[in-house]
Amino acid sequence: MNIMSLQGHLLLAVLEGLVSGCVLALTALGLSLVFGVMRVVNVAHGEFFMLGAVIGWYVATASGHFVLALILAPLAVVGAALLIDRFVLRPIMYAPEATIVSTIGLLYIIQQSVLTIYGPYARPVEPPVYFRVDFPWFGYSGYKLIVVAAAVVLLVATWALVAKTRLGLYMRATQQDREIAQTFGVPVGRIYAAAFALGAVLAALAGVLVVPVRQAHYLMGADALLGSFMVVIIGGLGNLRGTLAAAFLIGLTDGIVSVFASPTLGRIIASSLVAFVLVIRPGGLFGEAGA
Amino acid sequence: MTVLLLHLAVLALLAGLQFVVPPFQHSLLVRLMILAAYAAGYNVLLGYAGLMSLGHALFFATGMYATGLTIFYLHAGAPLAFVIGVAASLSLTAVFGVLALRATGVAFLIVTMMFAQVGYLVAIYFNQITGGDQGLVLAGRVPPIHLSGLLLPLDDPAVRYNAALAVLAVALLLNLWLTRTPAGRVLRALRGDEERVKLLGYNTFHYRLLALVLSGGISGMAGSAYALLFSYVGASFVSTLYSIYPLVSTLLGGVGTTLGPLVGASFMTYVVDIASSVTPGYLIVLGVTLVTVIRWAPDGILGRVRARWVRWLP
Repeated sequence: MNIMSLQGHLLLAVLEGLVSGCVLALTALGLSLVFGVMRVVNVAHGEFFMLGAVIGWYVATASGHFVLALILAPLAVVGAALLIDRFVLRPIMYAPEATIVSTIGLLYIIQQSVLTIYGPYARPVEPPVYFRVDFPWFGYSGYKLIVVAAAVVLLVATWALVAKTRLGLYMRATQQDREIAQTFGVPVGRIYAAAFALGAVLAALAGVLVVPVRQAHYLMGADALLGSFMVVIIGGLGNLRGTLAAAFLIGLTDGIVSVFASPTLGRIIASSLVAFVLVIRPGGLFGEAGA
Repeated sequence: MTVLLLHLAVLALLAGLQFVVPPFQHSLLVRLMILAAYAAGYNVLLGYAGLMSLGHALFFATGMYATGLTIFYLHAGAPLAFVIGVAASLSLTAVFGVLALRATGVAFLIVTMMFAQVGYLVAIYFNQITGGDQGLVLAGRVPPIHLSGLLLPLDDPAVRYNAALAVLAVALLLNLWLTRTPAGRVLRALRGDEERVKLLGYNTFHYRLLALVLSGGISGMAGSAYALLFSYVGASFVSTLYSIYPLVSTLLGGVGTTLGPLVGASFMTYVVDIASSVTPGYLIVLGVTLVTVIRWAPDGILGRVRARWVRWLP
């Protein structure tokens, strides 16, 4: 602690915060899309993140290729998400309260299945690249910087999808007014399925990216869900730019606090801060006043 | 009148059950009744005021810790510790409500979740006082209750059973009372359309606060009773799992019905009990059950029964 100067610590905290902010941004963007378009709270969203990580571990370990994991795991999760949309959520017509019970049920099913098959272990994957970026104070894992780059690419791609394509236009129309969108010929049912799958894929990608850094564990979805909830609410519901800003804000706070204070105390401070932000501005920091 | 009779009949049935079921089932039923009382407290907020919370474990655990800590450190008797537990959860909920009720809808859901998370972390952080994850065992520290010459030890099965039944009765009858009073009707109107209720000149904040304090108080009473009847307090009772429990029980049994939380809690308890004797992966069974039941009855079991057959069900 004494060897490294304050600048060194600060840089480390910012880098760590950047990495967790990026992962958080991907996961939260998925949750925000699902909430925005479908108006449902998906309590099982963190489990998509966990599934991505665990399936990623299987693929990467079996094949030895991390890139293969990065492709196959999200595809598997998309399959699961489409089945869930078709056979669980659509039959209850996305009623908000029933959806919460159903997704809690799914959370139990997914978590326990992974525990049964994968076991209670926390297992890492070898990072696909080995290089260190040397700073005056410490060397930093090059893979973590690749995570940041990959996350930025994915975030830009998602933005382009939502802002520039027909599918994105339909999604935004559905978000603004479902019934009018339907009157104008938007296939709302398929848009719901697409939004749910897109949300799941973002969480799964974040999960795979994070395995070499944080290991795959069957309970890792809980923190991802809590973090995403914080981000989505602070950023303002359905507000994608706010979501990004909030993800980096929370990621950085988390990084800085975990470098300088005890983890438990840090999380107490972070959770209280989020709660009080909401008490003062219920619509979120970047949202309009009033939820 | 039929409504009151129905509730008394349900309570009488539960009272009679203790002479019929085998002794090893007693503890399960005690737990069921306490958790049903907890869910009934939750129902006051979600079912009547329409506010969804994912942090009720905070109120449950406040009652539990207030009772448990006074017994553990101050060697208080059970009645005093119980009163302190209920009072602590009432006051905590009141302060919490003044802050949190500025938010509604999903923002309220997240605020409750965050505060409960803070509560959980605080219980872990001060583990030298609270025992953290391991908790505190109160067994042997609770002196028997003296009630008009009677000596009632809290580890006696019959005393435990009837104490739990009393707690459940209070929770259920408060729910019923709320459906019959003008304040309860304002709350239900609030769930339907808040703007119109405001237009009629009601201060909706006051009514929501009333619902929240009542809800938190009942949940805290259940938590306090849990500490006394199971001689244990621990941080796991502040975890998200215990916030999800009353939410799922209420929605499964029928939100906004007085008996729904009891039905939901019984359902959950027995599914878990039966499934866990068959397979270690009993949570999969619970998950499949939740998904299936809610598909059949999106308004919960009693919600469906009310819509289909028994229109007068409160």
